[in-house]
Amino acid sequence: MIETQSLCVSLGGAQVVHDIDLTVERGRLTALVGPNGAGKSTLLAALGRLVPPAAGAIRVDGTEIGRIPSPDLARRLAILRQNAVIAPRLSVADLVGFGRYPHSGGRLTAQDHDIVRDCLADLDLTDLAGRYLDTVSGGQRQRALIAMTLAQTPDALLLDEPLNNLDLSHVRRVMAVARARAETGAAVAVVLHDLTVAARHADHIVALKSGRVFASGPPEEVVTPEILSALYDTPLEVHDIAGKRVVLTV
Amino acid sequence: MRGPPVAKPLVLAGLACALACGLFLTLGARGDWGFVLAFRGQKLAALLVVATSVAWSTIVFQTVTGNRILTPSIMGFDALYLLIQTALVFTLGGVGFAALGQRLQFGIETALMLGAALALFAALLRRSDDLGRLVLTGIVFGILFRSLSSLLNRLIDPSEFAVVQAASFARFNAVNTDLLWIAAATTTVCVALLARRSARLDVIALGRETAIGLGVDHDREARRAMALVAVLVSVSTALVGPVVFFGLLVSALAHAAAGTWRHAVLLPLAALISATVLVGSQTIFERVLALETSVAVVIEGLGGLVFLALVLKGAAR
Ligand SMILES: Nc1ncnc2c1ncn2[C@@H]1O[C@H](COP(=O)(O)OP(=O)(O)OP(=O)(O)O)[C@@H](O)[C@H]1O
Ligand SMILES: [Mg+2]
Repeated sequence: MIETQSLCVSLGGAQVVHDIDLTVERGRLTALVGPNGAGKSTLLAALGRLVPPAAGAIRVDGTEIGRIPSPDLARRLAILRQNAVIAPRLSVADLVGFGRYPHSGGRLTAQDHDIVRDCLADLDLTDLAGRYLDTVSGGQRQRALIAMTLAQTPDALLLDEPLNNLDLSHVRRVMAVARARAETGAAVAVVLHDLTVAARHADHIVALKSGRVFASGPPEEVVTPEILSALYDTPLEVHDIAGKRVVLTV
Repeated sequence: MRGPPVAKPLVLAGLACALACGLFLTLGARGDWGFVLAFRGQKLAALLVVATSVAWSTIVFQTVTGNRILTPSIMGFDALYLLIQTALVFTLGGVGFAALGQRLQFGIETALMLGAALALFAALLRRSDDLGRLVLTGIVFGILFRSLSSLLNRLIDPSEFAVVQAASFARFNAVNTDLLWIAAATTTVCVALLARRSARLDVIALGRETAIGLGVDHDREARRAMALVAVLVSVSTALVGPVVFFGLLVSALAHAAAGTWRHAVLLPLAALISATVLVGSQTIFERVLALETSVAVVIEGLGGLVFLALVLKGAAR
């Protein structure tokens, strides 16, 4: 479980995330939504200790995040960045193998290889395992990065726009994998732009606007035309189709 | 994390290096073999120390800064070393400087170099994700150090200038064997410390955020690696003087030949390639062609071409 208390984060001298109190509970899939520039990536980076908080506290399973030694934290928490850049020429399997580094250092055990193989299969990458990252498509690359994050087998999984570049079937696949991790007891937070997907898959939605929590609660409470139209400052419709909420722009 | 077969390039480079060393020791030798081998052996050892320190410092530097164009020497690290040396002569006077003795000079220069390099890197690494800025800053620093060094040279007494001048050009045929053993020991320590970090270097090569995500204390590890780079550069500069493009040539060849991102393979391979090129060209020029001064020119020329090719290809990463 990750909780924050009056968390403020600054980037380049300006505070962009203000006074956030939020809990990403174990066993639940929490979706972070909000307009561009709302501070979703910044908040997630702070939860993943990539950006130090300007004020406030972040606790992972009750311990202040800064007090957890970094190799220890890497076994418990994994984060996928919105724009991950990988410079060296690596194969897909090598990249996913790096997810095991916190557990085994540079030498993968047989168990590590099993986990890597499972993560590749979960993301439908088995056939691409030997391909170099600079020779795969944008969506395939994104899936490889997700698989690497999953290979860390974290208790807290943070995914920043994992659905970028993915086709419909892989959107479903990634959300199913994220949900499966939540159901085995992990705390999962996912930044999403597709509100229909958020309404469908999340247990809890946190909507950010201008660096503050604008609304939060279960999808039934947050995914309403009033809240969403105010969140995005644009008219949005929410329809019930076969018992599922579908969000449309007009 | 199984890469492509890696043993083959290592074995081939090892054989080539052994061949170059064998020829260097034996080609054209006349008279007392014991004397010839002892004399040439010392020179060979110096070349191997230089080859290793140039290769390792370049590869590690490029991994930490995440680029394939900039090297410690293009960034003017060797110029910084010479600047420190000139400044010492300037403040102590030629006599005072000579009184220190070569080893103490080397020790003081390396210590100052370490401090200066760490301060420089701290400034440089703060935004190392911005490659264009990094390369530009590096080249500006290089020019700055060289100019400052030549300014100081003009200010000091002409008789003292001779002390400095001797050290300001690359000279592979007249390596400084007085410093050989201390340099060899220093290089061995740096190599051992870096070799222990090879898996961590693999992770650092993925970039700062990914490395932190995998539990590597990126900034601390980068600082330590850079400190070792600074010491290695001091070693090679003290032994043979400044070499600007040789490291680049070696790293380009090693990355192309290795076909892997693993530093456990990349680093030893780079050292072997570096030694083969250095000892091999020394053998050809000194023994076969009897053109003693041209080695530096040719090696630097080749390295310069690689630099141009990399810039034109835009293969910054
Ligand atoms: N390096 C930076 N320096 C200064 N300000 C920044 C920096 N990076 C982002 N910002 C600003 O911080 C705010 C929050 O950015 P953030 O990336 O968290 O938004 P986001 O909610 O993830 O948006 P998006 O949906 O576009 O990914 C934005 O106003 C952005 O302009
Ligand atoms: Mg974002």
